[in-house]
Amino acid sequence: MSTTVPDRSPDFVPEEFAGAEKQSRTRRSLGFVRRKPLLVIGAALLLLFTGLAIIGPFFVGDPLSTDPANTFQPPSAEYWFGTDRFGRDVFARSVYAARLDLTIGIVISVLAMTVGSVIGVIAGYFGGATDEVMMRLTDVVLAFPGFVLALIIVAALEETMVNVILAVSVSFVPYFIRLTRAQVLKERELEYVDGARLAGNSSLRVAFRHVLPNSLGPSVVGATLVTGYAVLTVAGLAFLSVGIQPPTAEWGVMVGEGAKDIITGEWWTSLFPGGMIVLAVMAFHFIGDEFGGDTAS
Amino acid sequence: MAAPTGAATLLSKVGMGRYLAKRFGISLLTVFGIVVVVFFIVRVVPGDAASLRAGPYANEERIQYIADQYGLDDPISEQFVDYISGFVRGDLGVSIRTDQPVLGELVDRLPASLELALYSVVLAVLIGVPLGIVAAAKQGTWLDHFARFFAVLGSSMALFWLGLLLIFFFAFGLRWFPGPVDRLAVGTSPPPMVTGFFTIDGVLSGQFAVAWEAVRYLALPVFTLGFVLAAPILKMVRAAMIEALDSDFVRTAKAVGVPRTQMLFVDGTRNALIPVITTIGIVFGFMLGGNIIVEFLFSWPGVGRYAFDAISTRDLESLQGFVIMVGVLYVILNIVIDVGYALADPRIRLGRTSSK
Repeated sequence: MSTTVPDRSPDFVPEEFAGAEKQSRTRRSLGFVRRKPLLVIGAALLLLFTGLAIIGPFFVGDPLSTDPANTFQPPSAEYWFGTDRFGRDVFARSVYAARLDLTIGIVISVLAMTVGSVIGVIAGYFGGATDEVMMRLTDVVLAFPGFVLALIIVAALEETMVNVILAVSVSFVPYFIRLTRAQVLKERELEYVDGARLAGNSSLRVAFRHVLPNSLGPSVVGATLVTGYAVLTVAGLAFLSVGIQPPTAEWGVMVGEGAKDIITGEWWTSLFPGGMIVLAVMAFHFIGDEFGGDTAS
Repeated sequence: MAAPTGAATLLSKVGMGRYLAKRFGISLLTVFGIVVVVFFIVRVVPGDAASLRAGPYANEERIQYIADQYGLDDPISEQFVDYISGFVRGDLGVSIRTDQPVLGELVDRLPASLELALYSVVLAVLIGVPLGIVAAAKQGTWLDHFARFFAVLGSSMALFWLGLLLIFFFAFGLRWFPGPVDRLAVGTSPPPMVTGFFTIDGVLSGQFAVAWEAVRYLALPVFTLGFVLAAPILKMVRAAMIEALDSDFVRTAKAVGVPRTQMLFVDGTRNALIPVITTIGIVFGFMLGGNIIVEFLFSWPGVGRYAFDAISTRDLESLQGFVIMVGVLYVILNIVIDVGYALADPRIRLGRTSSK
């Protein structure tokens, strides 16, 4: 505080204080932590979980190997999260599950965003009857809570992982259609669109090469949130034994299997993997919430 | 002055009638769409429909019986016409598991779900609205950060994990609340049916002990859902309040010297009301079908639990009825919300929704 540089323009450093730049930079980054504490927590969590998902499995044991001599061991230095009724290492399973759940969440989110923004740009840019039909169909899909829609699709199909991913993606598509369409409606009135059209581009080319890329902003933010919601949906379905099945190392499966152990006092088999779900989803939601906020739920 | 008022009422009545007709037409279309979509998801699946329904241990006779009973060997167009004509007559089919009409089974279980939904939404409003107002008033402070942290925690919460945590600490650990078994203890008979809500029926019939027991059994599932549902309400209240406090009339009020608390809680909240009510409506809409996860976890005998039983026994007829009921209830709720707006805001009923 002894250097009395006005805080107004952070990039401006007078020559006589040039030596103090390093110090002021740390102070500035501390200021960032103070202004956006939630973003910092989210980024830290995301880094942690990405690391866990990518390199974690190389450092833990086999998530499927059972050990009848070591069932229901409470958390210890050897078994950080304890062992379950089959003597499987809950920590090893949680780490492998991080890789599986995050991959599924991201795949669902990207898939839903791709399909949703293509439909959204067609509906928004061409308008008219196309728009009307597409929006009515969207209304139909939106009349079900996403979880219920995903549930009935998985229940009617074979319960494979691919079907779970497809079903949950379908339930998030309308969200991206709406986000993209709303943005396209604003975007298509701008001058560059007229310019592109006058330059002789076909309307399909204008819609996909010019309007779509400029309308993706809200969807990209939405995709971070949807990644979190997708993890919650997939884990929730697995908890109800719909979709991903035991003995797969997946967080929802683990909580579902461990839920009955709570009665006999073995809380660690379900509460640790459940806590991992919440922390992982929070990582995505802190970040998505900071950029534009959550209007989905 | 009588003439213009009369003309205005007439105009608004014509506008309202047209608006209602249009709104109703769109809703009918949506309901039709719901039935079509669900029918095709459930019927047009790869594999043999009858053996899928009969389960893995059924013999040939049982499979043939189910195929005959549900007309599964008929052409799909014929099945579709049968289903639609049944739906119009209020027939959602017959459960494979219980041999009972699906609609009747759902109606029996609906009060349990609605009681759970109602108290959960009330709790969510009681948490979300004040926290949202405070967060908006103290924007950028630690209080605001706390409220937003709380909102992210709520929207990231896995219902089954929070429910388990509460059961572990408050039912098995501290024994403050009963375990996750039902709406009432074994042996307690429910109060005489008036509303189907045990808390209200208990009070109405003077059985206060039963009503109190119902409250104790409701507590943990209501807290689980209320915590999660508070998040979207909090976010919307905060955003709407920030916008309202930033508007011209609040700046004027400030300049004129209206006290800050009055500005915040009277002028601000009144103008933040519409988006907040929408959000509460949406949240309630999502609770109409009960909540499968929470009803499963707490053995709550509502429609969500019914859906879970239908899934685990592959009773696709019941599941289909449940999903259609959820969709139709949601459409009805939306009509109610929209008509409410139209009454409150002439711009909407005159078809100028996008004027801003």
